[in-house]
Amino acid sequence: MTLAFSQSARQRFDEIVARYPNRQAALLPVLHLAQQEFDHISPEVMQFVAEQLGVPPVKVQHVATFYTMYNKKPVGRFHVQVCTNIACHLTGGPEIFAHLKKKLGVANKGTTADDLFTLEEVECLAACGYSPAIQITDKKDRETPIFFRENLDSLPKVDALIDELRAKAKGGA
Amino acid sequence: MKTDVKILTAHLDDPAWHTLAGYERHGGYNALRKALKMTPDEIKAEVKAANLRGRGGAGFPAGIKWGFLPKETTKPIYLVINADEGEPGTFKDRLIMERNPHSLIEGCLIACWALRANTTYIYIRGELFSSIQRIERAIAEARAKGYIGKNVLGTGWTCEIHAHPGAGAYICGEETALIESLEGKAGQPRNKPPFPAIQGLFDCPTIVNNVETIAYVPWIIENGGQTFASFGTERNGGLKIYGLSGHVKRPGLWELPMGTTFSYLVNELGGGMRGAKPMKGLIPGGSSCPPLLPNELDTPMDFDAVKKVGTMLGTGCATVFEEGVCTVRLGARIAKFYEHESCGQCTPCREGTGWLHRNIEKLERGERLEGGIQLLDSICGRILGNTICALGDAAAMPIQGFLKKFGDEWQRHIDLGRCPL
Ligand SMILES: Cc1cc2nc3c(=O)[nH]c(=O)nc-3n(C[C@H](O)[C@H](O)[C@H](O)COP(=O)(O)O)c2cc1C
Ligand code: SF4
Ligand code: FES
Repeated sequence: MTLAFSQSARQRFDEIVARYPNRQAALLPVLHLAQQEFDHISPEVMQFVAEQLGVPPVKVQHVATFYTMYNKKPVGRFHVQVCTNIACHLTGGPEIFAHLKKKLGVANKGTTADDLFTLEEVECLAACGYSPAIQITDKKDRETPIFFRENLDSLPKVDALIDELRAKAKGGA
Repeated sequence: MKTDVKILTAHLDDPAWHTLAGYERHGGYNALRKALKMTPDEIKAEVKAANLRGRGGAGFPAGIKWGFLPKETTKPIYLVINADEGEPGTFKDRLIMERNPHSLIEGCLIACWALRANTTYIYIRGELFSSIQRIERAIAEARAKGYIGKNVLGTGWTCEIHAHPGAGAYICGEETALIESLEGKAGQPRNKPPFPAIQGLFDCPTIVNNVETIAYVPWIIENGGQTFASFGTERNGGLKIYGLSGHVKRPGLWELPMGTTFSYLVNELGGGMRGAKPMKGLIPGGSSCPPLLPNELDTPMDFDAVKKVGTMLGTGCATVFEEGVCTVRLGARIAKFYEHESCGQCTPCREGTGWLHRNIEKLERGERLEGGIQLLDSICGRILGNTICALGDAAAMPIQGFLKKFGDEWQRHIDLGRCPL
Protein backbone atom coordinates (compact mmCIF):
# COMPACT_ATOMS: atom_id res chain seq x y z
CA MET A 1 0.00 0.00 0.00
CA THR A 2 1.38 3.39 -0.87
CA LEU A 3 0.30 6.21 1.37
CA ALA A 4 -0.22 9.82 0.38
CA PHE A 5 -1.32 12.96 2.17
CA SER A 6 -4.52 14.63 1.04
CA GLN A 7 -4.07 18.00 -0.59
CA SER A 8 -4.93 19.96 2.56
CA ALA A 9 -2.65 17.78 4.69
CA ARG A 10 0.15 18.27 2.17
CA GLN A 11 -0.25 22.03 2.50
CA ARG A 12 -0.23 21.77 6.28
CA PHE A 13 2.86 19.54 6.09
CA ASP A 14 4.74 22.16 4.08
CA GLU A 15 3.75 24.88 6.55
CA ILE A 16 4.95 22.82 9.51
CA VAL A 17 8.29 21.91 7.96
CA ALA A 18 8.98 25.57 7.13
CA ARG A 19 8.95 26.48 10.82
CA TYR A 20 12.18 24.68 11.66
CA PRO A 21 15.82 24.91 10.58
CA ASN A 22 15.89 21.14 9.95
CA ARG A 23 13.30 18.54 8.96
CA GLN A 24 13.58 16.22 11.94
CA ALA A 25 12.32 18.99 14.24
CA ALA A 26 8.96 18.74 12.49
CA LEU A 27 8.57 15.11 13.55
CA LEU A 28 6.12 15.54 16.46
CA PRO A 29 3.65 17.82 14.65
CA VAL A 30 3.95 15.71 11.47
CA LEU A 31 3.16 12.53 13.42
CA HIS A 32 0.04 14.28 14.77
CA LEU A 33 -0.91 15.21 11.21
CA ALA A 34 -0.29 11.66 10.01
CA GLN A 35 -2.45 10.28 12.80
CA GLN A 36 -5.30 12.54 11.70
CA GLU A 37 -4.88 11.46 8.10
CA PHE A 38 -4.33 7.73 8.52
CA ASP A 39 -6.17 7.04 11.79
CA HIS A 40 -3.20 5.62 13.67
CA ILE A 41 0.56 5.28 13.44
CA SER A 42 1.12 1.86 11.85
CA PRO A 43 4.59 0.68 10.73
CA GLU A 44 3.65 1.81 7.19
CA VAL A 45 2.81 5.28 8.46
CA MET A 46 6.14 5.45 10.30
CA GLN A 47 7.91 4.49 7.07
CA PHE A 48 5.95 7.14 5.16
CA VAL A 49 6.75 9.87 7.70
CA ALA A 50 10.41 8.86 7.67
CA GLU A 51 10.51 9.26 3.87
CA GLN A 52 8.70 12.60 3.98
CA LEU A 53 11.14 14.04 6.50
CA GLY A 54 14.31 12.27 5.38
CA VAL A 55 14.77 10.79 8.85
CA PRO A 56 15.80 7.14 9.40
CA PRO A 57 12.70 4.94 10.06
CA VAL A 58 14.20 3.63 13.29
CA LYS A 59 14.29 7.18 14.66
CA VAL A 60 10.68 7.72 13.75
CA GLN A 61 9.77 4.46 15.45
CA HIS A 62 11.71 5.44 18.57
CA VAL A 63 9.83 8.75 18.80
CA ALA A 64 6.41 7.33 17.89
CA THR A 65 6.71 4.76 20.68
CA PHE A 66 8.12 7.16 23.29
CA TYR A 67 5.06 9.44 23.27
CA THR A 68 1.70 8.15 24.50
CA MET A 69 -0.53 10.18 22.18
CA TYR A 70 0.47 8.31 19.04
CA ASN A 71 -1.81 5.30 18.69
CA LYS A 72 -0.03 2.28 17.35
CA LYS A 73 -3.32 0.49 16.73
CA PRO A 74 -6.83 1.66 15.83
CA VAL A 75 -8.80 3.35 18.60
CA GLY A 76 -12.49 4.14 18.94
CA ARG A 77 -14.25 7.22 17.63
CA PHE A 78 -14.52 8.72 21.11
CA HIS A 79 -11.42 8.72 23.26
CA VAL A 80 -12.60 8.92 26.86
CA GLN A 81 -9.81 10.09 29.13
CA VAL A 82 -10.40 9.92 32.87
CA CYS A 83 -7.94 11.61 35.19
CA THR A 84 -7.18 9.84 38.46
CA ASN A 85 -4.28 12.03 39.58
CA ILE A 86 -4.21 13.88 42.91
CA ALA A 87 -7.11 16.34 42.69
CA CYS A 88 -9.26 13.82 40.82
CA HIS A 89 -8.10 10.99 43.08
CA LEU A 90 -9.66 12.96 45.94
CA THR A 91 -12.90 13.83 44.17
CA GLY A 92 -14.01 10.60 42.52
CA GLY A 93 -11.82 10.02 39.44
CA PRO A 94 -10.92 6.41 40.35
CA GLU A 95 -14.59 5.58 41.01
CA ILE A 96 -15.65 7.03 37.63
CA PHE A 97 -12.88 5.12 35.89
CA ALA A 98 -13.88 1.84 37.56
CA HIS A 99 -17.52 2.49 36.68
CA LEU A 100 -16.74 3.19 33.03
CA LYS A 101 -14.65 0.05 32.73
CA LYS A 102 -17.72 -1.91 33.78
CA LYS A 103 -20.22 0.08 31.75
CA LEU A 104 -18.16 -0.09 28.55
CA GLY A 105 -16.87 -3.58 29.27
CA VAL A 106 -13.24 -2.72 28.55
CA ALA A 107 -9.94 -2.61 30.42
CA ASN A 108 -7.67 0.45 30.49
CA LYS A 109 -6.88 1.51 26.90
CA GLY A 110 -9.47 -0.97 25.63
CA THR A 111 -11.91 -0.26 22.79
CA THR A 112 -15.57 -1.28 22.74
CA ALA A 113 -16.66 -3.95 20.25
CA ASP A 114 -18.57 -1.35 18.21
CA ASP A 115 -15.36 0.72 17.87
CA LEU A 116 -17.09 3.73 19.42
CA PHE A 117 -15.22 4.20 22.68
CA THR A 118 -11.63 3.86 23.83
CA LEU A 119 -11.27 4.29 27.56
CA GLU A 120 -8.05 5.48 29.15
CA GLU A 121 -6.92 6.38 32.64
CA VAL A 122 -4.80 9.50 32.22
CA GLU A 123 -2.60 11.77 34.31
CA CYS A 124 -3.51 15.31 35.35
CA LEU A 125 -5.38 17.10 32.54
CA ALA A 126 -4.65 20.60 33.88
CA ALA A 127 -8.30 20.92 34.85
CA CYS A 128 -7.97 20.17 38.55
CA GLY A 129 -10.32 22.98 39.56
CA TYR A 130 -13.16 21.13 37.81
CA SER A 131 -12.25 17.71 39.10
CA PRO A 132 -13.00 14.92 38.57
CA ALA A 133 -11.85 15.74 35.07
CA ILE A 134 -12.83 13.84 31.94
CA GLN A 135 -11.74 14.78 28.44
CA ILE A 136 -13.34 13.23 25.39
CA THR A 137 -12.10 13.69 21.87
CA ASP A 138 -14.15 12.87 18.79
CA LYS A 139 -12.36 11.79 15.63
CA LYS A 140 -15.24 13.08 13.51
CA ASP A 141 -15.29 16.56 14.96
CA ARG A 142 -11.79 17.89 14.97
CA GLU A 143 -12.87 21.51 14.93
CA THR A 144 -14.20 21.15 18.46
CA PRO A 145 -12.24 18.10 19.49
CA ILE A 146 -12.94 18.43 23.13
CA PHE A 147 -16.06 18.44 25.12
CA PHE A 148 -15.05 18.94 28.53
CA ARG A 149 -17.83 18.63 31.09
CA GLU A 150 -17.23 20.46 34.29
CA ASN A 151 -18.11 18.89 37.60
CA LEU A 152 -19.06 15.45 36.43
CA ASP A 153 -19.53 14.67 40.04
CA SER A 154 -21.88 11.75 39.92
CA LEU A 155 -22.02 8.45 38.11
CA PRO A 156 -25.50 9.00 36.59
CA LYS A 157 -24.18 12.16 34.90
CA VAL A 158 -21.30 10.15 33.46
CA ASP A 159 -23.76 7.53 32.20
CA ALA A 160 -25.90 10.22 30.60
CA LEU A 161 -22.86 11.64 28.81
CA ILE A 162 -21.87 8.25 27.38
CA ASP A 163 -25.45 7.53 26.29
CA GLU A 164 -25.64 10.91 24.61
CA LEU A 165 -22.50 10.20 22.59
CA ARG A 166 -23.79 6.77 21.63
CA ALA A 167 -27.06 8.30 20.43
CA LYS A 168 -25.15 10.94 18.49
CA ALA A 169 -23.17 8.24 16.67
CA LYS A 170 -26.31 6.17 15.97
CA GLY A 171 -28.06 9.20 14.58
CA GLY A 172 -25.31 9.47 11.99
CA ALA A 173 -23.74 12.62 13.43
CA MET B 1 1.64 44.47 49.42
CA LYS B 2 -2.09 45.11 49.44
CA THR B 3 -3.41 45.79 45.97
CA ASP B 4 -6.57 45.33 43.98
CA VAL B 5 -4.65 45.32 40.71
CA LYS B 6 -5.20 42.35 38.43
CA ILE B 7 -3.01 41.78 35.38
CA LEU B 8 -3.42 38.43 33.66
CA THR B 9 -6.99 38.05 34.91
CA ALA B 10 -8.03 41.71 34.66
CA HIS B 11 -10.64 41.32 31.91
CA LEU B 12 -11.86 37.76 32.28
CA ASP B 13 -15.39 39.16 32.34
CA ASP B 14 -14.95 40.15 28.67
CA PRO B 15 -15.80 37.02 26.66
CA ALA B 16 -13.82 38.37 23.66
CA TRP B 17 -10.60 39.06 25.55
CA HIS B 18 -8.87 36.12 23.87
CA THR B 19 -9.35 37.68 20.43
CA LEU B 20 -6.99 40.30 19.06
CA ALA B 21 -9.76 42.92 18.93
CA GLY B 22 -10.75 42.18 22.52
CA TYR B 23 -7.15 42.32 23.70
CA GLU B 24 -6.47 45.62 21.91
CA ARG B 25 -9.68 47.11 23.33
CA HIS B 26 -8.07 46.78 26.77
CA GLY B 27 -4.79 48.37 25.68
CA GLY B 28 -3.14 45.26 24.28
CA TYR B 29 0.10 45.61 22.27
CA ASN B 30 0.81 49.11 23.61
CA ALA B 31 3.62 47.56 25.66
CA LEU B 32 5.16 46.14 22.47
CA ARG B 33 5.10 49.59 20.85
CA LYS B 34 6.81 51.02 23.91
CA ALA B 35 9.35 48.17 24.07
CA LEU B 36 10.39 48.61 20.44
CA LYS B 37 11.49 52.16 21.33
CA MET B 38 13.58 50.88 24.24
CA THR B 39 16.97 49.19 24.06
CA PRO B 40 17.28 45.48 24.95
CA ASP B 41 19.26 46.45 28.05
CA GLU B 42 16.55 48.82 29.22
CA ILE B 43 13.97 46.04 28.96
CA LYS B 44 16.17 43.58 30.77
CA ALA B 45 16.70 46.13 33.54
CA GLU B 46 12.92 46.47 34.03
CA VAL B 47 12.44 42.70 34.20
CA LYS B 48 15.25 42.50 36.74
CA ALA B 49 13.76 45.30 38.81
CA ALA B 50 10.41 43.49 38.74
CA ASN B 51 11.84 40.58 40.77
CA LEU B 52 9.93 38.33 38.39
CA ARG B 53 10.56 34.77 39.56
CA GLY B 54 10.03 31.93 37.08
CA ARG B 55 6.50 30.55 37.37
CA GLY B 56 7.32 27.05 36.09
CA GLY B 57 8.06 25.72 39.56
CA ALA B 58 11.64 26.49 40.49
CA GLY B 59 11.23 30.25 40.95
CA PHE B 60 14.48 31.27 39.26
CA PRO B 61 14.59 35.06 38.66
CA ALA B 62 13.81 35.69 34.98
CA GLY B 63 16.03 38.79 34.73
CA ILE B 64 19.04 36.85 35.96
CA LYS B 65 18.39 33.91 33.62
CA TRP B 66 18.22 36.29 30.67
CA GLY B 67 21.66 37.55 31.65
CA PHE B 68 23.20 34.10 31.12
CA LEU B 69 23.06 34.39 27.33
CA PRO B 70 26.51 34.82 25.77
CA LYS B 71 27.35 38.49 25.19
CA GLU B 72 28.63 37.78 21.71
CA THR B 73 27.39 35.01 19.47
CA THR B 74 27.16 34.36 15.77
CA LYS B 75 24.42 31.78 16.31
CA PRO B 76 20.72 32.53 16.38
CA ILE B 77 19.18 32.90 19.86
CA TYR B 78 15.90 31.13 20.62
CA LEU B 79 13.11 31.79 23.07
CA VAL B 80 11.20 28.66 24.09
CA ILE B 81 7.98 28.86 26.06
CA ASN B 82 7.29 25.97 28.38
CA ALA B 83 3.54 25.38 27.99
CA ASP B 84 3.74 21.69 28.83
CA GLU B 85 1.66 22.18 31.98
CA GLY B 86 1.58 18.69 33.45
CA GLU B 87 2.60 18.87 37.10
CA PRO B 88 -0.32 17.09 38.81
CA GLY B 89 -2.59 19.59 40.54
CA THR B 90 -1.64 22.45 38.19
CA PHE B 91 -4.07 24.22 35.87
CA LYS B 92 -2.98 27.87 35.63
CA ASP B 93 -1.17 28.12 32.27
CA ARG B 94 -4.22 26.69 30.55
CA LEU B 95 -6.21 29.70 31.81
CA ILE B 96 -3.72 32.13 30.26
CA MET B 97 -3.56 30.26 26.95
CA GLU B 98 -7.31 29.92 26.58
CA ARG B 99 -8.59 33.18 28.02
CA ASN B 100 -5.72 35.62 27.53
CA PRO B 101 -3.40 34.18 24.85
CA HIS B 102 -2.29 37.54 23.44
CA SER B 103 -0.57 38.51 26.69
CA LEU B 104 1.71 35.52 26.09
CA ILE B 105 2.24 36.43 22.42
CA GLU B 106 2.99 40.07 23.28
CA GLY B 107 5.34 38.89 26.04
CA CYS B 108 7.19 36.64 23.59
CA LEU B 109 7.68 39.54 21.19
CA ILE B 110 9.03 41.84 23.89
CA ALA B 111 11.28 39.12 25.31
CA CYS B 112 12.65 38.34 21.84
CA TRP B 113 13.45 42.01 21.32
CA ALA B 114 15.26 42.10 24.66
CA LEU B 115 17.13 38.83 24.05
CA ARG B 116 17.98 39.61 20.41
CA ALA B 117 16.09 36.49 19.39
CA ASN B 118 14.03 36.21 16.22
CA THR B 119 12.16 32.97 16.86
CA THR B 120 9.95 31.67 19.65
CA TYR B 121 8.60 28.13 19.91
CA ILE B 122 5.68 27.67 22.28
CA TYR B 123 5.78 24.01 23.32
CA ILE B 124 2.19 23.19 24.31
CA ARG B 125 1.19 19.98 25.99
CA GLY B 126 -0.46 17.79 23.34
CA GLU B 127 -3.50 16.93 25.46
CA LEU B 128 -4.49 20.61 25.80
CA PHE B 129 -6.38 20.77 22.51
CA SER B 130 -8.21 24.02 23.30
CA SER B 131 -5.01 25.72 24.40
CA ILE B 132 -3.30 24.74 21.14
CA GLN B 133 -6.23 26.07 19.12
CA ARG B 134 -6.40 29.37 20.98
CA ILE B 135 -2.64 29.97 20.75
CA GLU B 136 -2.55 29.08 17.04
CA ARG B 137 -5.44 31.45 16.41
CA ALA B 138 -3.76 34.23 18.39
CA ILE B 139 -0.52 33.79 16.45
CA ALA B 140 -2.40 33.97 13.13
CA GLU B 141 -4.26 37.12 14.19
CA ALA B 142 -1.10 38.81 15.41
CA ARG B 143 0.71 37.90 12.20
CA ALA B 144 -2.10 39.32 10.06
CA LYS B 145 -1.93 42.57 12.04
CA GLY B 146 1.84 42.93 11.57
CA TYR B 147 2.91 42.17 15.14
CA ILE B 148 4.61 38.94 14.06
CA GLY B 149 6.60 38.41 10.88
CA LYS B 150 9.27 39.92 8.69
CA ASN B 151 8.78 43.56 9.51
CA VAL B 152 7.26 43.94 12.96
CA LEU B 153 5.20 47.17 13.06
CA GLY B 154 7.30 48.58 10.26
CA THR B 155 10.55 48.51 12.24
CA GLY B 156 12.32 46.12 9.87
CA TRP B 157 12.78 43.68 12.73
CA THR B 158 11.86 40.01 12.12
CA CYS B 159 10.16 37.92 14.78
CA GLU B 160 8.46 34.57 14.28
CA ILE B 161 6.35 32.67 16.82
CA HIS B 162 5.31 29.04 16.34
CA ALA B 163 3.14 26.73 18.39
CA HIS B 164 4.58 23.24 18.76
CA PRO B 165 2.41 20.44 20.19
CA GLY B 166 3.80 17.85 22.58
CA ALA B 167 2.57 14.28 22.39
CA GLY B 168 2.01 12.95 25.88
CA ALA B 169 5.13 12.75 28.04
CA TYR B 170 5.30 14.63 31.36
CA ILE B 171 9.09 14.59 31.29
CA CYS B 172 9.03 17.03 28.35
CA GLY B 173 8.19 19.76 30.89
CA GLU B 174 11.80 19.52 32.05
CA GLU B 175 13.57 22.14 29.99
CA THR B 176 16.28 20.02 28.38
CA ALA B 177 13.84 17.17 27.63
CA LEU B 178 11.59 19.81 26.09
CA ILE B 179 14.44 20.95 23.87
CA GLU B 180 15.16 17.37 22.76
CA SER B 181 11.47 16.94 22.01
CA LEU B 182 11.39 20.17 19.98
CA GLU B 183 14.27 18.78 17.94
CA GLY B 184 12.08 15.81 17.02
CA LYS B 185 13.55 13.32 19.46
CA ALA B 186 12.38 11.32 22.47
CA GLY B 187 12.15 13.61 25.51
CA GLN B 188 15.20 12.54 27.47
CA PRO B 189 16.84 15.21 29.63
CA ARG B 190 20.39 16.30 28.89
CA ASN B 191 23.21 16.58 31.35
CA LYS B 192 23.82 20.14 32.56
CA PRO B 193 26.13 21.96 31.99
CA PRO B 194 26.05 23.14 29.29
CA PHE B 195 22.93 25.05 30.27
CA PRO B 196 20.40 25.95 27.55
CA ALA B 197 21.37 29.63 27.70
CA ILE B 198 24.75 28.61 26.28
CA GLN B 199 23.85 25.52 24.24
CA GLY B 200 20.15 24.78 23.92
CA LEU B 201 17.80 24.32 20.99
CA PHE B 202 19.68 23.24 17.80
CA ASP B 203 22.84 23.79 19.89
CA CYS B 204 22.12 27.53 19.98
CA PRO B 205 21.73 29.85 22.98
CA THR B 206 18.18 29.36 24.29
CA ILE B 207 16.03 30.86 27.04
CA VAL B 208 13.29 28.59 28.36
CA ASN B 209 10.55 30.30 30.36
CA ASN B 210 7.13 29.30 31.62
CA VAL B 211 3.92 30.73 30.07
CA GLU B 212 2.98 32.78 33.13
CA THR B 213 6.48 34.22 33.49
CA ILE B 214 6.48 35.66 29.98
CA ALA B 215 2.82 36.71 30.06
CA TYR B 216 3.67 39.19 32.85
CA VAL B 217 6.34 40.92 30.77
CA PRO B 218 4.05 43.32 28.81
CA TRP B 219 2.56 44.78 32.00
CA ILE B 220 6.03 45.16 33.50
CA ILE B 221 7.21 47.10 30.44
CA GLU B 222 4.13 49.29 30.40
CA ASN B 223 4.02 50.06 34.12
CA GLY B 224 7.60 49.61 35.28
CA GLY B 225 9.43 46.81 37.01
CA GLN B 226 9.47 48.52 40.39
CA THR B 227 5.71 48.94 40.42
CA PHE B 228 5.32 45.23 39.72
CA ALA B 229 7.86 44.33 42.40
CA SER B 230 6.05 46.49 44.97
CA PHE B 231 2.99 44.20 44.91
CA GLY B 232 4.92 41.19 46.17
CA THR B 233 7.36 40.39 48.95
CA GLU B 234 11.01 41.28 49.15
CA ARG B 235 12.51 38.92 46.60
CA ASN B 236 9.25 37.74 45.02
CA GLY B 237 7.84 40.44 42.81
CA GLY B 238 4.34 41.09 41.69
CA LEU B 239 1.23 39.01 41.34
CA LYS B 240 0.89 35.33 40.58
CA ILE B 241 -1.92 33.04 39.60
CA TYR B 242 -2.75 30.66 42.43
CA GLY B 243 -4.94 27.60 42.11
CA LEU B 244 -7.00 25.58 44.53
CA SER B 245 -8.40 22.08 44.07
CA GLY B 246 -9.49 19.10 46.13
CA HIS B 247 -11.87 19.09 49.10
CA VAL B 248 -12.64 22.80 49.26
CA LYS B 249 -15.98 24.48 48.76
CA ARG B 250 -14.92 26.65 45.80
CA PRO B 251 -11.98 25.33 43.78
CA GLY B 252 -10.57 27.78 41.24
CA LEU B 253 -7.84 30.19 40.19
CA TRP B 254 -7.08 33.61 41.63
CA GLU B 255 -4.44 36.21 40.79
CA LEU B 256 -2.98 37.48 44.05
CA PRO B 257 0.06 39.35 45.36
CA MET B 258 2.96 36.99 45.98
CA GLY B 259 3.16 36.33 49.68
CA THR B 260 -0.59 35.98 50.27
CA THR B 261 -1.05 33.23 52.85
CA PHE B 262 -2.36 29.72 52.16
CA SER B 263 -5.09 30.27 54.73
CA TYR B 264 -6.42 33.31 52.84
CA LEU B 265 -6.52 31.27 49.64
CA VAL B 266 -8.20 28.26 51.23
CA ASN B 267 -10.56 29.90 53.69
CA GLU B 268 -11.44 33.30 52.24
CA LEU B 269 -11.35 32.58 48.52
CA GLY B 270 -11.94 28.83 48.50
CA GLY B 271 -14.67 29.07 51.14
CA GLY B 272 -13.01 26.53 53.42
CA MET B 273 -13.70 22.82 53.41
CA ARG B 274 -16.48 21.39 51.25
CA GLY B 275 -18.14 19.39 54.04
CA ALA B 276 -18.07 18.70 57.74
CA LYS B 277 -14.66 17.06 57.79
CA PRO B 278 -11.73 19.26 58.80
CA MET B 279 -8.61 19.62 56.67
CA LYS B 280 -5.98 16.93 57.00
CA GLY B 281 -3.33 18.49 54.78
CA LEU B 282 -2.47 20.53 51.72
CA ILE B 283 -0.09 19.90 48.82
CA PRO B 284 1.21 23.41 48.05
CA GLY B 285 2.09 23.48 44.36
CA GLY B 286 1.88 20.22 42.47
CA SER B 287 2.46 16.59 43.39
CA SER B 288 6.22 16.96 43.79
CA CYS B 289 5.83 19.27 46.81
CA PRO B 290 5.85 17.80 50.34
CA PRO B 291 2.52 18.40 52.14
CA LEU B 292 1.72 20.99 54.78
CA LEU B 293 -0.42 20.49 57.89
CA PRO B 294 -3.41 22.73 58.72
CA ASN B 295 -1.38 24.53 61.40
CA GLU B 296 1.14 25.68 58.76
CA LEU B 297 -1.29 27.59 56.56
CA ASP B 298 -0.22 31.03 57.76
CA THR B 299 2.85 30.60 55.57
CA PRO B 300 3.05 33.31 52.87
CA MET B 301 2.93 31.91 49.36
CA ASP B 302 6.28 33.07 48.04
CA PHE B 303 9.18 30.88 46.95
CA ASP B 304 11.41 31.68 49.94
CA ALA B 305 8.81 31.49 52.73
CA VAL B 306 7.44 28.15 51.57
CA LYS B 307 10.96 26.77 51.33
CA LYS B 308 11.53 27.76 54.96
CA VAL B 309 8.75 25.42 56.09
CA GLY B 310 10.35 22.47 54.31
CA THR B 311 8.44 22.34 51.06
CA MET B 312 8.10 24.29 47.80
CA LEU B 313 5.73 26.82 46.28
CA GLY B 314 6.05 24.87 43.02
CA THR B 315 3.42 26.00 40.55
CA GLY B 316 1.29 27.73 43.20
CA CYS B 317 -1.68 25.44 42.59
CA ALA B 318 -2.60 23.86 45.93
CA THR B 319 -4.55 20.64 46.52
CA VAL B 320 -6.43 20.25 49.80
CA PHE B 321 -7.45 16.95 51.38
CA GLU B 322 -9.80 16.32 54.29
CA GLU B 323 -9.70 13.98 57.29
CA GLY B 324 -10.49 10.43 56.26
CA VAL B 325 -8.20 10.48 53.20
CA CYS B 326 -5.58 7.74 53.45
CA THR B 327 -2.20 9.39 52.86
CA VAL B 328 -0.65 6.03 51.98
CA ARG B 329 -3.15 5.61 49.15
CA LEU B 330 -2.52 9.19 48.02
CA GLY B 331 1.25 8.61 48.25
CA ALA B 332 0.92 5.44 46.18
CA ARG B 333 -0.91 7.40 43.46
CA ILE B 334 1.85 10.00 43.40
CA ALA B 335 4.54 7.30 43.26
CA LYS B 336 2.70 5.58 40.40
CA PHE B 337 2.75 8.81 38.42
CA TYR B 338 6.50 9.29 38.70
CA GLU B 339 7.22 5.64 37.90
CA HIS B 340 5.11 5.99 34.76
CA GLU B 341 6.81 9.25 33.72
CA SER B 342 10.45 8.39 34.45
CA CYS B 343 12.33 8.45 31.14
CA GLY B 344 14.51 5.58 32.34
CA GLN B 345 17.93 7.08 31.68
CA CYS B 346 19.21 7.01 35.28
CA THR B 347 19.13 3.90 37.43
CA PRO B 348 18.18 5.58 40.74
CA CYS B 349 15.14 7.18 39.11
CA ARG B 350 14.07 4.28 36.89
CA GLU B 351 14.47 1.60 39.58
CA GLY B 352 13.75 3.81 42.57
CA THR B 353 10.40 5.16 41.36
CA GLY B 354 9.20 1.64 40.53
CA TRP B 355 10.39 0.32 43.87
CA LEU B 356 8.65 3.14 45.74
CA HIS B 357 5.40 2.60 43.89
CA ARG B 358 5.35 -1.19 44.44
CA ASN B 359 6.24 -0.95 48.11
CA ILE B 360 3.84 1.87 48.98
CA GLU B 361 1.09 -0.19 47.34
CA LYS B 362 2.15 -3.15 49.45
CA LEU B 363 1.91 -0.96 52.51
CA GLU B 364 -1.54 0.20 51.46
CA ARG B 365 -2.69 -3.40 51.25
CA GLY B 366 -1.21 -4.03 54.68
CA GLU B 367 1.42 -6.46 53.43
CA ARG B 368 4.66 -6.95 55.28
CA LEU B 369 7.26 -4.41 54.29
CA GLU B 370 10.82 -5.66 54.67
CA GLY B 371 12.84 -2.89 56.30
CA GLY B 372 9.73 -0.94 57.37
CA ILE B 373 8.97 2.66 56.57
CA GLN B 374 12.57 3.62 57.37
CA LEU B 375 13.58 1.77 54.23
CA LEU B 376 11.12 3.84 52.17
CA ASP B 377 12.75 6.96 53.53
CA SER B 378 16.26 5.75 52.82
CA ILE B 379 15.38 4.80 49.22
CA CYS B 380 14.11 8.36 48.73
CA GLY B 381 17.40 9.61 50.14
CA ARG B 382 19.30 7.55 47.61
CA ILE B 383 17.35 8.96 44.66
CA LEU B 384 17.66 12.59 45.78
CA GLY B 385 20.42 14.47 44.00
CA ASN B 386 21.67 11.39 42.13
CA THR B 387 19.91 11.82 38.80
CA ILE B 388 20.32 13.74 35.56
CA CYS B 389 17.16 15.79 35.99
CA ALA B 390 14.91 16.81 38.86
CA LEU B 391 12.21 14.21 38.17
CA GLY B 392 14.01 11.88 40.55
CA ASP B 393 13.86 14.53 43.28
CA ALA B 394 10.25 15.25 42.41
CA ALA B 395 9.40 11.60 43.07
CA ALA B 396 11.33 11.32 46.32
CA MET B 397 10.50 14.62 48.01
CA PRO B 398 6.74 14.18 48.43
CA ILE B 399 7.15 10.64 49.81
CA GLN B 400 9.68 11.86 52.35
CA GLY B 401 7.28 14.67 53.19
CA PHE B 402 4.34 12.30 53.74
CA LEU B 403 6.53 10.11 55.95
CA LYS B 404 7.54 13.13 57.99
CA LYS B 405 4.03 14.53 58.43
CA PHE B 406 1.97 11.33 58.48
CA GLY B 407 4.55 8.70 59.48
CA ASP B 408 2.33 7.39 62.31
CA GLU B 409 -0.43 6.59 59.85
CA TRP B 410 2.04 4.82 57.56
CA GLN B 411 3.44 2.82 60.51
CA ARG B 412 -0.06 1.79 61.60
CA HIS B 413 -0.62 0.17 58.20
CA ILE B 414 2.27 -2.11 59.10
CA ASP B 415 1.20 -2.68 62.70
CA LEU B 416 -2.41 -3.50 61.85
CA GLY B 417 -1.73 -5.22 58.55
CA ARG B 418 -4.43 -3.07 56.92
CA CYS B 419 -5.49 0.51 56.35
CA PRO B 420 -6.48 1.94 59.74
CA LEU B 421 -9.04 4.29 58.20
C1 LIG C 1 10.12 16.73 35.66
C2 LIG C 1 9.96 18.21 35.44
C3 LIG C 1 8.80 18.70 34.86
C4 LIG C 1 8.62 20.05 34.62
N1 LIG C 1 7.45 20.49 34.06
C5 LIG C 1 7.31 21.81 33.80
C6 LIG C 1 6.12 22.31 33.15
O1 LIG C 1 5.20 21.54 32.82
N2 LIG C 1 6.03 23.64 32.90
C7 LIG C 1 7.03 24.51 33.23
O2 LIG C 1 6.92 25.69 32.96
N3 LIG C 1 8.15 24.08 33.84
C8 LIG C 1 8.31 22.76 34.13
N4 LIG C 1 9.48 22.33 34.72
C9 LIG C 1 10.54 23.33 35.00
C10 LIG C 1 11.39 23.59 33.77
O3 LIG C 1 12.45 22.64 33.73
C11 LIG C 1 12.01 24.99 33.78
O4 LIG C 1 12.62 25.18 35.01
C12 LIG C 1 11.01 26.10 33.54
O5 LIG C 1 10.29 25.89 32.36
C13 LIG C 1 11.73 27.41 33.46
O6 LIG C 1 10.81 28.48 33.31
P1 LIG C 1 10.67 29.62 34.41
O7 LIG C 1 12.06 30.01 34.83
O8 LIG C 1 9.94 30.71 33.74
O9 LIG C 1 9.93 29.00 35.55
C14 LIG C 1 9.65 20.96 34.99
C15 LIG C 1 10.81 20.47 35.59
C16 LIG C 1 10.97 19.12 35.82
C17 LIG C 1 12.21 18.62 36.46
S1 SF4 D 1 15.92 11.61 36.70
FE1 SF4 D 1 14.44 10.16 35.82
S2 SF4 D 1 13.36 11.37 34.28
FE2 SF4 D 1 15.22 12.53 34.79
S3 SF4 D 1 16.74 11.89 33.29
FE3 SF4 D 1 16.95 10.50 35.04
S4 SF4 D 1 15.61 8.73 34.56
FE4 SF4 D 1 15.04 10.41 33.19
S1 FES E 1 -5.45 16.07 38.91
FE1 FES E 1 -7.04 15.55 37.55
S2 FES E 1 -7.06 17.26 36.19
FE2 FES E 1 -5.42 17.72 37.51
